[in-house]
Amino acid sequence: MAEGTQIPDRETCLDLLGRMMLIRRFEEEAGRQYQRAKAGGFLHLAIGEEATIVGTAAAMRPGDYLVGTYRTHGHAIARGTPPSKVMAEIFGRVDGTSGGRGGSMHVFDAGNRFMGGYGIVGGNIPIAAGFAFATRYRGGDEVTVCMFGDGAVNSGNFGETMNMAALWDLPIVFLVENNFYGMGTALERHSAEVQLARRAEGYGIEGESVDGMDVLAVEECVSRHIEAVRAGGEPTLVEASTYRYRGHSAADPEVYREKSEVEAWREKDPIDGFVRICLEDGVLTEEDVEALRQEAEREVLTAVEFADASPEPPLDSLYDDLYVLGDNTGWYAIDERSPEPHRGESPDGATDLSRRLAEEGANREVDRDEHARTGIKR
Amino acid sequence: MSEGIRFREALGDAMAEEMRRDPDVFVIGEDVAVFQGSFKVTEGLLEEFGERRVVDSPISENSLVGLGVGAAMSGLRPVVELMTVNFALLALDQIVNHAAAIPYMFNGQVKVPLVIRMPGGGGHQLGPTHSHSFEALFLQIPGLLVACPSTPADAKGMLKAAIRDDNPVIFIEHESLYGMRGEVPESEEVVNFGRAAIRREGSDVTIVGILKMAHVAEEAARILAEDHGIEAEVIDPRTLRPLDLDTILDSVRKTNRAVIVEEGWPHGGVGANLSTLITEQAFDHMDAPIQRVTGADVPMPYSKRLEQAAIPHAGSVVEAALATMEGAR
Repeated sequence: MAEGTQIPDRETCLDLLGRMMLIRRFEEEAGRQYQRAKAGGFLHLAIGEEATIVGTAAAMRPGDYLVGTYRTHGHAIARGTPPSKVMAEIFGRVDGTSGGRGGSMHVFDAGNRFMGGYGIVGGNIPIAAGFAFATRYRGGDEVTVCMFGDGAVNSGNFGETMNMAALWDLPIVFLVENNFYGMGTALERHSAEVQLARRAEGYGIEGESVDGMDVLAVEECVSRHIEAVRAGGEPTLVEASTYRYRGHSAADPEVYREKSEVEAWREKDPIDGFVRICLEDGVLTEEDVEALRQEAEREVLTAVEFADASPEPPLDSLYDDLYVLGDNTGWYAIDERSPEPHRGESPDGATDLSRRLAEEGANREVDRDEHARTGIKR
Repeated sequence: MSEGIRFREALGDAMAEEMRRDPDVFVIGEDVAVFQGSFKVTEGLLEEFGERRVVDSPISENSLVGLGVGAAMSGLRPVVELMTVNFALLALDQIVNHAAAIPYMFNGQVKVPLVIRMPGGGGHQLGPTHSHSFEALFLQIPGLLVACPSTPADAKGMLKAAIRDDNPVIFIEHESLYGMRGEVPESEEVVNFGRAAIRREGSDVTIVGILKMAHVAEEAARILAEDHGIEAEVIDPRTLRPLDLDTILDSVRKTNRAVIVEEGWPHGGVGANLSTLITEQAFDHMDAPIQRVTGADVPMPYSKRLEQAAIPHAGSVVEAALATMEGAR
């Protein structure tokens, strides 16, 4: 803990710790479910990064926009998205945040102003600036917080968007979750300047580093930046130093780092550290912590049950939401694949033959050996 | 033509009218404000609407489009101008991975009512980085709408439709058409997408052309009528997504012959796609193989002679039409 940090009141401590423990337990369970083949594709876990996520979310108002990356289950949960909806999305089910269309990397919850999971490194940055642009355009007082990893600072989007945001004084806080690896490439091997907050200097804005393993430090730092931006200040860059204990994705062999390094970071575990100071201070008791642990356990197991029970998306929803239908776009614009002659006016969409072929395709067993043969890394 | 207003003015009028109508519409792009647009399409907008709604952007295409995507997700209606279609390649991540995918991958929780305008096409000796035709590239992306106006009236009506649409629209303008004059309805007429225009009626062969090639097709049709006694039906699809395939199919079922003209490359082109659709759906009606007339399969050369040789002209369309008529006369 940073020196002189004030321990907040009991309610706040319970909230911060509860959210961190929930996210930790959620991620562990998501990893377990993935190993049981309940989820496909990639799975990126944020275990170890909870203080950065929760400290940031705690600094935000309900109307503020949070934009995340592809390691983003925790960000949504910290914003208020029910864990069951996130788990259902990971399972690819109809009750997921994106109805099973997006998966683990593309969680989205407009209602809680969690403005997405994005699978392209750095692709989220200009979009976040677009939210901030809209806020400024309308004269609103919402602040956008855009989070991205250390790898993203080398993308063109970072430089382009930092410049635009600074140029136009957009109400946005850029927050780099520096976990010291862009996938398997260490920070000093991918960035000429390893103090990432210094990247702000080139755009004439403020940059600040914070201990991303310390939830109170993150909350204090990000709050200060958000409120300065809200008060009309220029955008800023916050660098939170953090660490993911797990690999980049679920099947990462982790040849790029030593076990001892992971162990050293575990010594600074954000949850253990926060529990320690709360107990030392007396603001929380062992019983409080155990109650939170049990609550997280219950919520996560409920989330798995919910996701398991949720149906897979119906096949006739395949084309839903591809276009907003209107004066310019009718059904015929969507699917010209039918081998049968058609006039394209059918509101029902697919013909019987197309329907049958889609059904056959969907019912195929996914050949897991094929994944192994083609060398798809998961 | 000397009547009416210029194509570029029609586009500018469309933006101005929509900006007056809807305060959420704004224009952003490189040199759209103070410079008034590199092709003067945004002339006068800064003066009328001010810096808040007419925004000069740094040269940052991907982030410029990305900012437009985010602003559109927030409910604004951005009109992003990219200086040429070639520069749109720098923004393909935002166009394909984000603008087109977001409504779908976020399950309809947000819309992306974004218009991306981009001039393209050859003929001005701008060489291999400023002269291309990427209609086919954008046509392939589900989630996008692709508009290709060929007249001032369509330019205005279709841009207004694009701005009012809730989907991301790729709005391609041909640089050679900017100075073209034409009658434009005084009223606030919107030209909805997915409705092909039959530019000339005929019963012998169907010629489909887009953008500048719609005019080349008409010129070829005149030559075919005057010199060869062949009546060609000329169709301008106007939008490639949605595509008014029915109008084209009705025509080829009547003429039994088809020529498709585009300035883009042959492989995987607009013509390749359309030819497949016609073959799939009207094979039994065809009396001859479908002919494609395309730009040459090279990066656009600078030399005037080479460039002109690389761009389809009426003569090549006439020859293609005659090839479909072989044995019929």
